[in-house]
Amino acid sequence: MSETANGRPAVGERIVHKTFPPITRHTLALYCGASGDHNPMHVDIDFAKAAGFPDVFSHGMLVMALLGQALTDAVAPGRIRSFSTRFASITQLGARLTCEGHVAELIEGKGERQARLALTAKDEKGEIKLAGEAIIAL
Amino acid sequence: MVDQSAVGRGFTPVTARVEPGRLRYFLKTLGEQNPVYCDEQVARDQGYSATPVPPTYLFCLEMMDAERPFEFLTDLNIDLARVLHGEQRFAYHAPVVVGDTLTFKSRVTDVTDKKGGAMTLVVIETKVTNQHGAHVADTARTIVVRN
Repeated sequence: MSETANGRPAVGERIVHKTFPPITRHTLALYCGASGDHNPMHVDIDFAKAAGFPDVFSHGMLVMALLGQALTDAVAPGRIRSFSTRFASITQLGARLTCEGHVAELIEGKGERQARLALTAKDEKGEIKLAGEAIIAL
Repeated sequence: MVDQSAVGRGFTPVTARVEPGRLRYFLKTLGEQNPVYCDEQVARDQGYSATPVPPTYLFCLEMMDAERPFEFLTDLNIDLARVLHGEQRFAYHAPVVVGDTLTFKSRVTDVTDKKGGAMTLVVIETKVTNQHGAHVADTARTIVVRN
């Protein structure tokens, strides 16, 4: 993470940025097993159709895991105090995700200097899939 | 339909061990290459006693080792096909590393109707402790039920 002369990142600075390959049915099958989330909605097209969806779609937590990966590429995991997201829209098969985080605010908390990062995961059309934030220790 | 009477309801605690093989499968699925997760020496150099888990893995551990992973749905009489994940929060208090044994205790903390009852938001908060009794994290999930 780059820092300004006073040792802090600048508000507005983008410190998290990572792009990911398209989400495939294979990814969803692997994530089903690897995550313990066996909800058939994400791997069984018959179940998804019966529930009123045109096809299976990504686990929200798979996208959050990718956003978390982008976050810890830039910020050591031990400096992350909190991480939260809202699942803004369904992430479809084939989505090519871009995960970003900008410094939204510099704050003092629990006796340490912290930054609040505004985080997003967008698909290749720029549609927001996840919007969230992380509090990190500086 | 789930209503206010669900607030305060608790679920069966889940005990989960952070197993290295299962964690490797998760990391590989995500294409994770960060050495802090993949190389124990790098993790130790950063002050961990073993490789740490990535930020969302607590959510997975709870589901993996639950006797009934969707207990909260069946107990609240919610159909799995009518559920979406609305929000997810993690607050981290201490490291979680390979070899830890975690206990997850979950309860319903909020139920709110939206769009004139077309949707109901259910918030479930989970306290996570480790084998030493240390409070390592709090998580919260918001479930959207399409009524």
